[in-house]
Amino acid sequence: MPVESIFHRLEALLPKVQKPIQYVGGELNSTVKDWDDADVRWALMYPDAYEVGLPNQGVAILYEILNELPATLAERTYAVWPDLEALMRAEGVPQFTVDAHRPVRAFDVLGVSFSTELGYTNMLTALDLAGIPMLAVERGDDDPIVLAGGHAAFNPEPIADFLDAAVLGDGEQIAIAITEVIREWKAEGRPGGRDELLMRLAESGGVYVPKFYDVDYHPDGRIKRVAPNRADVPWRVHKHTVMDLDEWPYPKKPLVPLAETVHERFSVEIFRGCTRGCRFCQAGMITRPVRERSITTIGAMVDNGIKESGFNEVGLLSLSSADHSEIADVAKGLADRYEGTNTSLSLPSTRVDAFNIDLANEFSRNGRRSGLTFAPEGGSERMRKVINKMVTEEDLIRTVTTAYSQGWRQVKLYFMCGLPTETDEDVLGIADLAKKVIKAGREITGSRDIRCTVSIGGFVPKPHTPFQWAGQADHETVDRRLKALRDSLRGDKEYGRAIGYRYHDGKPSIVEGLLSRGDRRVGAVIRAVWEDGGRFDGWSEHFSYERWMAAAEKAGVDVDWYTTREREENEVLPWDHLDAGLDREWLWQDWQEAVSGGEVEDCRWTPCYDCGVCPTMGTEIQIGPTGRKLLPLTVV
Amino acid sequence: MQRLRVRYAKRGRLRFTSHRDISRAVERAVRRAGIPVAYSAGFSPHPKISYAGAAPTGVASEAEYLEIGVTTPCEPERIRGDLDGSLPPGLDVLDVVEAGPGGLAERLEASEWEVRLPGADPELAGVAVEKFLSAGAVEVERLTKKGPRRFDAREAVLRLAVSEGTGRTAAQVPGQSCVILRMVVRHMTPAVRPDDVLAGLRLVADFAPPVPPEVTRLAQGPLDVGTGALADPFDLDRETTRGGEAGPVGEHVAG
Repeated sequence: MPVESIFHRLEALLPKVQKPIQYVGGELNSTVKDWDDADVRWALMYPDAYEVGLPNQGVAILYEILNELPATLAERTYAVWPDLEALMRAEGVPQFTVDAHRPVRAFDVLGVSFSTELGYTNMLTALDLAGIPMLAVERGDDDPIVLAGGHAAFNPEPIADFLDAAVLGDGEQIAIAITEVIREWKAEGRPGGRDELLMRLAESGGVYVPKFYDVDYHPDGRIKRVAPNRADVPWRVHKHTVMDLDEWPYPKKPLVPLAETVHERFSVEIFRGCTRGCRFCQAGMITRPVRERSITTIGAMVDNGIKESGFNEVGLLSLSSADHSEIADVAKGLADRYEGTNTSLSLPSTRVDAFNIDLANEFSRNGRRSGLTFAPEGGSERMRKVINKMVTEEDLIRTVTTAYSQGWRQVKLYFMCGLPTETDEDVLGIADLAKKVIKAGREITGSRDIRCTVSIGGFVPKPHTPFQWAGQADHETVDRRLKALRDSLRGDKEYGRAIGYRYHDGKPSIVEGLLSRGDRRVGAVIRAVWEDGGRFDGWSEHFSYERWMAAAEKAGVDVDWYTTREREENEVLPWDHLDAGLDREWLWQDWQEAVSGGEVEDCRWTPCYDCGVCPTMGTEIQIGPTGRKLLPLTVV
Repeated sequence: MQRLRVRYAKRGRLRFTSHRDISRAVERAVRRAGIPVAYSAGFSPHPKISYAGAAPTGVASEAEYLEIGVTTPCEPERIRGDLDGSLPPGLDVLDVVEAGPGGLAERLEASEWEVRLPGADPELAGVAVEKFLSAGAVEVERLTKKGPRRFDAREAVLRLAVSEGTGRTAAQVPGQSCVILRMVVRHMTPAVRPDDVLAGLRLVADFAPPVPPEVTRLAQGPLDVGTGALADPFDLDRETTRGGEAGPVGEHVAG
């Protein structure tokens, strides 16, 4: 059956919407293949606006890898803004891909990448606009397999009813494996229909199919057990880990949009995983172990990426970029190579230590030294011990004053509020710290022209972390502490005007908490919110706390029970059957040590502390140094 | 520093690019093509690329202009090919010349526009155009960033003609008639755009097309006020610099 572009129908709507360019595709390095030349077809969705979704590395990598496969086609789709949604409904235009403007329902798979839980309602909009039944059990053989991935998919239970399947961990290899399972099943004439395809995926142990698992509850609401309801479906589903990132140097052909997006740069992931052991950090826990890209691969990827894209900024991404074993040589090599070419380099996510100032200096060799960002996360030394963010006040002040003395004018400090065991004093400690930073900075520079910005948000306990058992602070407590901190900063005559303050109020964190640690019963809340018009929950102008609370009440879901309640050791958690590799006993022990102030070192440089990932997953830490250097490129 | 003047088109779905989208795309294309673009001095150097009178978002154009400063002399025809190859299809480089004396922007005295109105009534359109042209002034209102603004849309219009054709896009039902307006509009302050003229047609004769118009700028250039004809703004550059061949598009005269 030929599948035709809907572009002519969309085109008539575009003059009536904001930023129409985001819907037309045509990005440099995008791929349009003949429909009939492919026998497996993926629609990849990032469930947020195009400007946020386009730069997403996960989608870009899978898009490229799948399109490199023979007889396989991948296109992209994003959340449409409410103005276009209304017009599409009025004119009967379905959810479409931006590459060839094909209707999403015509694809074999709709793969949705969730970086955050706040994209759930946007997935429902896409399903509805696509004409795909919202509930997985209502889908027929003509509907795509709706598959979730990304960090939020490590607990897909709140959206389990809407998903056919979910995948945990790195997507590169499993996306190819899924493609081949579908190809074989289609070549055989689709035996057993949709159900058999899902069975084949589930049996592999690498794809979670929620409908093949039943959840039983205790009378008090806690989960009694989660068990497969069919033979041959594994009890636990494991995450995927790509070993040897040098063999997967994507993106090779970076997508360059016409529309403006949130990151206008070429990004290279310099390593995956992090073993710093910050207890609040889900990303650090679920992406273990550390796997570095070698300095030579990084150099080749940057060179190729700049040539292919024409971007003038390169970002070296990871969860803690300064921890790469050869970061100094990478920084110097790239700074040398691109000196005088108006190409800027950036290194997001860095630790608080003096070494990073050297790196930042290298990266800003020819440019302006405007701002540096550090994330101490906790305001007091006690708090930082609880979260295992091992930075002393002395370290921090020394690092920041070094930055000021070397010409940096502005330092941004990130914190969280509502951490386990936190008191009002811990949060007010942030104000003391900021004042000390300014005081020391003024002394060392002899200038009053330095600034510090405190940026703070509410902490949300996440699955697969030592804090997965913790009670989340209620929004009243968070807001009260944030206000007290603001007053303490603003009220200071000597330093107040040199300190900026940015904060997010506590209510959105409660909804995020409900979705992060929710179970299947939370699905009804998501659906009710969506039916009430909930869209783009990650955007403050669209988010409505009241709408979520009203929907929860209607669905009989007690939000406090899911968020502020502390869990017992033996309570079955909704994601216990999903294996991120972490040993549950180790996580519990680390939670206990958090409360008592015990610290964990980074296993890159100290002996293994048995988090469980490497033996369970058959993986190992991969780090340098390789001892190699970046050679300057000859100018063509 | 050599300066190169570029005529380019924005076509098809890329007509939905905004001016900012185009300037980002051009900057990246210049880098990819390895064109030795000059940079401004200072803390945040910017490539020396300037734009003259960009067509609005949603409007296609066969005649957009920009100027690039380069640090080493370049062959215009080579730059045309390289830049065109580096830009996404739909942003197409048509002509490149080395800049002669005088600014480019002041040569762009008027634009010729084509406005396609699928499904509109040709007779009503004819009546509306006649009424518009015979009016001394037609005050229209446009919502600007500073709020609503009233101005005369009539004086700037030097030519306005109606014809009938077949539509070619989206909103068009196959076989349905399509009213085509062709107009030459002088660049003034405030700028009078084709949609201001359409607003004028609605005002004088209640002529309102059923679907959004498809607008294309066909040409920009020095204006012969007597005939309403537009000359090629690059003529002067070609006369005064080497390589004075006419570009592939040749001369374009309005009407």
